[in-house]
Amino acid sequence: MADAGGCREVAVLSRGAESPEGERHGLWRLAVENPGWTKAVAGQFAMLRPLRFGRELTWARPLSLFGVTPERVEFFIQVAGRGTAHLAAMNPGDRLVMWGPLGRGFAVEPDTPTLLLAGGVGLAPFAPYIAAHPRPDNLRLVFGHRPPLAAYPFAKMAATIQAESFHEEKPGDLDRFTALLRERLADYANGLVLACGPRPFLAAVADMGRAAGARVQVSLENRMACGVGACLGCVEKDAKGELVQTCVRGPVFWARELAAFDGGLETPGSREGCACGN
Amino acid sequence: MRELSVTLAGLHLKNPVITASGTFGYGLEFSRYGDLKALGGICVKGLSLAPRQGNPMPRVAETPCGMLNAIGLQNCGVETFVRDKLPFLPWRDTAVIANLYACDAEEFAELAGVLAAEEGIAALEVNISCPNVRAGGILFGQDPAMAARVTEAVKKRAGIKPVMVKLSPNVTDIAAVARAVEAAGADILSLVNTLSGMSVDVSSRRPRLANVIGGLSGPAIKPVALRCVWQVCRAVDIPVIGMGGIASAEDALEFILVGAHAVQVGTANFLRPDFAFRLVEELPPLLERLGVSSWEEFRGTLKV
Ligand SMILES: Cc1cc2nc3c(=O)[nH]c(=O)nc-3n(C[C@H](O)[C@H](O)[C@H](O)COP(=O)(O)OP(=O)(O)OC[C@H]3O[C@@H](n4cnc5c(N)ncnc54)[C@H](O)[C@@H]3O)c2cc1C
Ligand SMILES: Cc1cc2nc3c(=O)[nH]c(=O)nc-3n(C[C@H](O)[C@H](O)[C@H](O)COP(=O)(O)O)c2cc1C
Ligand code: FES
Repeated sequence: MADAGGCREVAVLSRGAESPEGERHGLWRLAVENPGWTKAVAGQFAMLRPLRFGRELTWARPLSLFGVTPERVEFFIQVAGRGTAHLAAMNPGDRLVMWGPLGRGFAVEPDTPTLLLAGGVGLAPFAPYIAAHPRPDNLRLVFGHRPPLAAYPFAKMAATIQAESFHEEKPGDLDRFTALLRERLADYANGLVLACGPRPFLAAVADMGRAAGARVQVSLENRMACGVGACLGCVEKDAKGELVQTCVRGPVFWARELAAFDGGLETPGSREGCACGN
Repeated sequence: MRELSVTLAGLHLKNPVITASGTFGYGLEFSRYGDLKALGGICVKGLSLAPRQGNPMPRVAETPCGMLNAIGLQNCGVETFVRDKLPFLPWRDTAVIANLYACDAEEFAELAGVLAAEEGIAALEVNISCPNVRAGGILFGQDPAMAARVTEAVKKRAGIKPVMVKLSPNVTDIAAVARAVEAAGADILSLVNTLSGMSVDVSSRRPRLANVIGGLSGPAIKPVALRCVWQVCRAVDIPVIGMGGIASAEDALEFILVGAHAVQVGTANFLRPDFAFRLVEELPPLLERLGVSSWEEFRGTLKV
């Protein structure tokens, strides 16, 4: 039988932006009915497919859990294309198909100093992470963003833990942000570093984190069709050279477990491939 | 209509809904979303003799009403499948169909030999929509003579297992391939595999798949698939399993109306992972509404 963590049709409860800046920059919160999820971990995600996709938009969209209460499941969405535009325009009562919670979330080590590094909408999974952490005094957040800070739920997160933000506005800012990350990472030898954001950001964090002697986890955003490990579309090469499904074995991985982030030379993609569409 | 079961060439299905190869993993991935025992059949991801890594990333792309894939037949290899996956599938209740992939006829035969010995395998599905490495990479399924040779080779080693040959739509005359494969001893035909296609991104000037070309599936291909099934059903006497773009109970019945005994559902499993389970439940009320009392009375009765 399909359990409570199966696939359900649920209604949207509310949608709203953090501020007028959020609206202007396409950053939205979406709350839907909780279909009975009891166990969810920060870093896990769900697949969401509005009924309005019809047959035109094929795949559901993967979104990190931003908050789970007995009544509602919340997401924080950045409009990136047609699917997220649909999602960010849903109104209370509109229906969508949702399955989850999926994948593996971030490690929680209450007594280890833990550095949270977020880029843009990669901030989303850290809201529930902070909320559930037993020792918020051991957490520190560095958040890099392009749209104005007010577009993000940063203030609420910064109220409970030590947090700083970095606004990337002009080309040279990226270097300054990288320098800031390196400086913070230096304090985390043997500490835990959790990163979520664009892939180049994750790669930089993995490199600098390794140099600093930190243990690093990264959350990947590979393209996903099924979210359940069946299509083999989302795979990533692990350090042993095996291709693993990021939707079930991730999306959160220890950086050292992945070929692209373990600091070794990346082995070129397999060439045994085949011309057919299977 | 209460009795949904069908038997085709010795393959018994409790209902005509089979999940298509490559879209349902090894089956177990979906046990959280429905009762695997409720399905008519489960066709597993294409198996090769040795494990395969497949193609470079990205290997899937969304397209209007469908998707492209160039997974490159990544799989755990037949040995691991038989040892680690098959024992956990409910094969006494639901037909487990092994989908075979190989580079030449000899390898296909060897694979068939391995699987013929497995009690849990109900039938073999031969994927001939892949390149014949020995023949410079032309697809087995694009040449009636080559398709026939693979069929014969598999049939010889398949023992009592029904052999189903899966046809490619990327041909000029699909009925000709179907007839050649029937003459070579195939027990069942399944069709269609994906349509060859591609997608590009004008801003990056790159193809959306690392492999450049991939296979199109989903609702976008249903009219082509239906036409193929219609033509093949009229050309052969062996039973046919139809697929390509099925996304509702009505879609499934369209394939049966043009002559198919059963259907496979693929990309729709990505629309929602409980799709196949829901389809099984949606068939009886729809058949009721249409006043259908048995498959025999409905199958192949398209009025033209
Ligand atoms: C595990 C995971 C968690 C995520 N969490 C969030 C989140 O909390 N908030 C948020 O705003 N976004 C998140 N994303 C990214 C989000 O899924 C994509 O932005 C979204 O799928 C884009 O769809 P689209 O139709 O708007 O864009 P299009 O570019 O039109 O999409 C075309 C196809 O590519 C896929 N795709 C495009 N960009 C991405 C991407 N960055 N990652 C994965 N697939 C992509 C889409 O799913 C779609 O199938 C997450 C992605 C993953 C894999
Ligand atoms: C991601 C993906 C992987 C596939 N892998 C295989 C495979 O390994 N062997 C095979 O015979 N067909 C494979 N197929 C083809 C499907 O089984 C099916 O023939 C095709 O997708 C058309 O049906 P659909 O439109 O319902 O998906 C694959 C299709 C997809 C989308
Ligand atoms: S999204 Fe299909 S295997 Fe991960």
